[in-house]
Amino acid sequence: MRHIISILMENESGALSRVAGLFSARGYNIESLTVAPTQDPSLSRMTLVTRGSEEIIEQITKQLNKLIDVVKLIDLAESFHIERELMMVKIKTTAEMRDEIRSMADIFRGKIIDVTPATYIVEMTGPSEKLDAFVAAIDPDSIIEVVRSGPTGISRGEKGLHL
Amino acid sequence: MELSGAQILVQSLIDEGVEYIFGYPGGAVLHLYDALFQQDELKHILVRHEQGATHAADGYARATGKPGVVLVTSGPGATNAVTGIATAYMDSIPMVIISGQVSLPVIGSDAFQEVDMIGITRPCVKHNYLVKDVTKLAETIKKAFYVATTGRPGPVVIDVPKDITAPNIKVPYKYPKKVSIRSYNPVVTGHKGQIKKAVDLLLSAHKPIIYSGGGVVLGEASKELTELTHALGYPITSTLMGLGAYPGTDKQFIGMLGMHGTYEANMAMHESDVIIAIGARFDDRVTGKLDLFCPYAKIIHIDIDPASISKTVRVDIPIVGDVKPVLEQMLEMIKESSKKPNKKALELWWHQIGQWQAVNCLEFDRESPLIKPQHVIEQLYEVTKGDAYVTSDVGQHQMWAAQYYPFDKPRHWINSGGLGTMGFGLPAAIGVKLAFPHADVACVTGEASIQMCIQELSTALQYKTPIKIINLNNRYMGMVRQWQEFSYESRYSHSYMDTIPEFVKLAEAYGHVGMRIDKPEEVRPALEAAFAMKDRTVFLDIMTDRTENVYPMIEAGKGHHDMKLRVALGTTTDRELA
Ligand SMILES: Cc1cc2nc3c(=O)[nH]c(=O)nc-3n(C[C@H](O)[C@H](O)[C@H](O)COP(=O)(O)OP(=O)(O)OC[C@H]3O[C@@H](n4cnc5c(N)ncnc54)[C@H](O)[C@@H]3O)c2cc1C
Ligand SMILES: Cc1ncc(C[n+]2csc(CCOP(=O)(O)OP(=O)(O)O)c2C)c(N)n1
Ligand SMILES: [Mg+2]
Repeated sequence: MRHIISILMENESGALSRVAGLFSARGYNIESLTVAPTQDPSLSRMTLVTRGSEEIIEQITKQLNKLIDVVKLIDLAESFHIERELMMVKIKTTAEMRDEIRSMADIFRGKIIDVTPATYIVEMTGPSEKLDAFVAAIDPDSIIEVVRSGPTGISRGEKGLHL
Repeated sequence: MELSGAQILVQSLIDEGVEYIFGYPGGAVLHLYDALFQQDELKHILVRHEQGATHAADGYARATGKPGVVLVTSGPGATNAVTGIATAYMDSIPMVIISGQVSLPVIGSDAFQEVDMIGITRPCVKHNYLVKDVTKLAETIKKAFYVATTGRPGPVVIDVPKDITAPNIKVPYKYPKKVSIRSYNPVVTGHKGQIKKAVDLLLSAHKPIIYSGGGVVLGEASKELTELTHALGYPITSTLMGLGAYPGTDKQFIGMLGMHGTYEANMAMHESDVIIAIGARFDDRVTGKLDLFCPYAKIIHIDIDPASISKTVRVDIPIVGDVKPVLEQMLEMIKESSKKPNKKALELWWHQIGQWQAVNCLEFDRESPLIKPQHVIEQLYEVTKGDAYVTSDVGQHQMWAAQYYPFDKPRHWINSGGLGTMGFGLPAAIGVKLAFPHADVACVTGEASIQMCIQELSTALQYKTPIKIINLNNRYMGMVRQWQEFSYESRYSHSYMDTIPEFVKLAEAYGHVGMRIDKPEEVRPALEAAFAMKDRTVFLDIMTDRTENVYPMIEAGKGHHDMKLRVALGTTTDRELA
């Protein structure tokens, strides 16, 4: 099953490689990984998407918790949560296609954030499947580049991941 | 007080209570060596190879329970230390390794003797630190010792760039009394409800077994384990790493379990209905084939590391906590419980175990004209009255030492179990002897293993650490040969060396005493003579039966109930090697 693990960790150089190294050394799979500092600059927040059986996910969370730099973590898949990913797509546009791309972006609640005579850049956020659906709806030949942030997530309700 | 980084490092180690530091100099640590030179509280042991430094510090740590400390230079010094760091990591041994590094401004430029020590050691340390600011040096050292010695112990590397130790940059020094790390809070006491459940299950067992491991040694819980075992009256087995935590000569002890464990221990595991694993990690050498592991048992597992629990074998009652307080809590509850161990069931169970014991799985040919390695270990046991510290290398000799020398006390059996590092035994023995100068220290080794760190014989002379090296010389990498005999139709591919040094001369060249023993009847007197030479290191080169195998054995893919036993008590005359 797919799990989104959200990790609060010390904002130390090398912390990211400890997590990445753990996954490769133990043969766990990483689908995506995002990391950025939090409002407390001594901490960073990492979101990691992985897949595995219950046993493997249990080992992954235990092994992550064992890393000295990891302060706390939660498996978002265990509770109600909101998941978002940011995507930017650069699309080749001919005069005839422009309207179609614009309305497609509208339907998916995307925004056109850059225009040149021959291209559009569409920005979109949402759950990963929505982004997949948008990409699938565009003629593959017209896509110049797709850039995705990887999903990040937050749990719903009053609880939060903090010190 | 204002000190340079080098002085801070030395003073911090002194303030931490470090007695010995095992090291080897080089460019990146010259400032440090200069600071060492100008003091005499901290004793530096100059080894002959950095691997030796790590194993010696490791041996010291295993024997004392205190962290072992190592100092190496950058680049090749650092990489030479890696095997020893990984060895300590696999067996959860507390160590602090200080490695020199090139100066901060040139890190990343492929500078002379630069290697990414943080990156190289990341998978085999509990944690590592690169020091980037001399004002944080003392605190980093404190943290390193704290992390290395608490929770599940392990090695911690501190990588110190040369400019951090520069003599002309002085900063205020104060060694912190305590540190706390917000992201690191090892658990101590166990969950009461879980312990209660465990006690209930234990007391309702019909065929119980206690499976204890290295965690009992690491957690200093021998007394509690012994009390618990006596209070319950249950049979107890131990892993290779746990030997000595419970007295090996006690009648409730049924021997080691696992690949080369006793028949009775493995059969009892297989047939048991309740297992309590205490500070043991269900290693593959112990479990055999997982699908066949203990099919009838409910399992309780006490471990300080949550990641050890249900890693390979799913358990029914996990208890995360330090073994000592958890066992104390458990004992208390057992005493207070109205339930008592089931006497009748237990009687039947011990009767069954008695039948397995009657197989006498460790018996060997005592009439052989050749020296049987088992005989040597038995004699070693008698000559040292079971009181010696025994280190070992890796191979058949290691298994025989574990099988035929019953340890009654913890921290006396010192070997590399998890990584299985040949070359460990000799330097480890030096570390042990430094810690306990008046104790008998023996290194049981093989002619292949001993050559991997033989240079440390020179260290043993310089620091006057008289140890006894028991070289079970079978002219084979016996353990490899045994597998080739069983699994590769006796194709002995490169498990034999055409040239082996004359160890007697070699020992003498290093300034020690060498003895060669060829006949069974010479073994006892030679051992007695060797141990009588209190102030000499003695190398006993003992020519053993080269065909001997380690039995019993669970072969790959088999379960505990499916052991290969010694078929007949044959000697070489009727069992030629192909
Ligand atoms: C040639 C060879 C053959 C071998 N054959 C065998 C064999 O037949 N049988 C055998 O048993 N081994 C054998 N081994 C050793 C084997 O590879 C493992 O090293 C060993 O089985 C592990 O022992 P352990 O389970 O006690 O764990 P250890 O490696 O000692 O780990 C200790 C466990 O205790 C926990 N712990 C640490 N401190 C505490 C504390 N304070 N409180 C609670 N828990 C704590 C740790 O988290 C860990 O899970 C062999 C090795 C070699 C090289
Ligand atoms: C550094 C290292 N290299 C290789 C091995 C694999 N290995 C395990 S036992 C062994 C043979 C050991 O031979 P010896 O020291 O003579 O001991 P014996 O088995 O003959 O008692 C080897 C090569 C190892 N454990 N460690
Ligand atoms: Mg040999």
